[in-house]
Amino acid sequence: MIAVIDYGVGNLFSLVSSLRFLELDCIVTNKREDLLRAERIILPGVGAFGDAMAKLRESGLEDTVKELAGAKPLLGICLGMQILFDKSYEHGEHEGLGLIPGTVAPLAADIGPALKVPHMGWNRLEVVRDDPIFKYFTNGEWVYYVHSFYAKNCTENILGVSEYSVMVTGLVRSGSGKVYGMQFHPEKSGEAGLRLLRAFAEI
Amino acid sequence: MISKRIIPCLDVMNGRVVKGVNFKNIQDMADPVEMARHYSETGADELVFYDITASFEGRKLFADVLRAVASEIFIPLTVGGGINSLEDFDMVLKSGADKVSVNSGAIKDPMMISSAAKRYGSQCVVLSMDVKRVNGKFHVFAKGGRIDTGIDALEWAKMGEDLGAGEIVLNSIDTDGVRGGFDLPMLRAVGEIVSVPLIASGGAGKMEDFLELFRYDRIDAGLAAGVFHTKKIDIRDLKSYLGDNGVNVRI
Repeated sequence: MIAVIDYGVGNLFSLVSSLRFLELDCIVTNKREDLLRAERIILPGVGAFGDAMAKLRESGLEDTVKELAGAKPLLGICLGMQILFDKSYEHGEHEGLGLIPGTVAPLAADIGPALKVPHMGWNRLEVVRDDPIFKYFTNGEWVYYVHSFYAKNCTENILGVSEYSVMVTGLVRSGSGKVYGMQFHPEKSGEAGLRLLRAFAEI
Repeated sequence: MISKRIIPCLDVMNGRVVKGVNFKNIQDMADPVEMARHYSETGADELVFYDITASFEGRKLFADVLRAVASEIFIPLTVGGGINSLEDFDMVLKSGADKVSVNSGAIKDPMMISSAAKRYGSQCVVLSMDVKRVNGKFHVFAKGGRIDTGIDALEWAKMGEDLGAGEIVLNSIDTDGVRGGFDLPMLRAVGEIVSVPLIASGGAGKMEDFLELFRYDRIDAGLAAGVFHTKKIDIRDLKSYLGDNGVNVRI
């Protein structure tokens, strides 16, 4: 069973629909006991970093997520991926969960004025390092992004990138651990996204 | 690099996709889920659903359609038609929409754009404009293109962006339905002053029209209905044609 953490950040309709479409058993929850008995955890998120961390703390699940991160596969999606890192510079400076070393910084400062922010739309995901998460994925397939901040200083943890004048961190994994993060939305990335979710469910 | 997007637009009435000319002679065309599935499988990058019913019953059916589509089609979905309040935003987002397109409702209450952008994020808010030339100027029209508001389209586009719209759909009433190509002069006028993604609508008749559109680099997406629904253009063919001609498309 996959537990999708509901901590009041963003719309879970598509994510839950895509898991059900894949016939994966899932629940949407904000209870510690559900996370304890789940085989896998997904941490979604849309919005601002500071706000998301505050809500995760309020929900009382921050410590549970940290505690379980080594024990069972955890997948952060979009903002849920960003809060896996140490720190973000989105509207100030905010501590993240610290599960993957690295920082989250504004794209606008690095891509130059010619490109639009947010980085929104379909981009190719280039595989940097092979991993079981790519079991059903072909290098260079398209995934769907919507974000204005991106993860940096995490080279050793990057599995996949997308080019947007800089190399945008697309897919990360904590060392040899079980913590994964996707900056793009697998639940909005058509067939390719569904196949990534299927692979996560088999890790 | 981000691809150029091809977006079919589906008008929904009483739970069915329909085709109509200026709200007259409305013809029943297809089941929305089947049509959405077909477009998703043939390479549409996004789908737009317009609710063209105004009744309460129609709205409920529309939400059902949206939920059914969003349960099995996993590409971005934009919803428009009769969005007049944050409650309307809330309803369609909870039913599976990713973006909400505002038009007449935003003309009546421009602050709806900023309050929606604050609550849901700019990426959720699409400003859709129906524009027509009047005495050499671009005017914004309301109520499905029937009422000249007298508002200058360039000012409205800029204001919409400043209020927090994350994308702009520019529909030219002058070229809409004519199938003689997109309205490039109008698109250029708006493209030079906005920096959010710009989606062109109105006038697509053949594949070459899309190629000509994307040669103007400030255009992010092309939206059309009729040419896709009648199968005059197959999205797969269109994308491979565009790809062969150097346009970055998702194939």
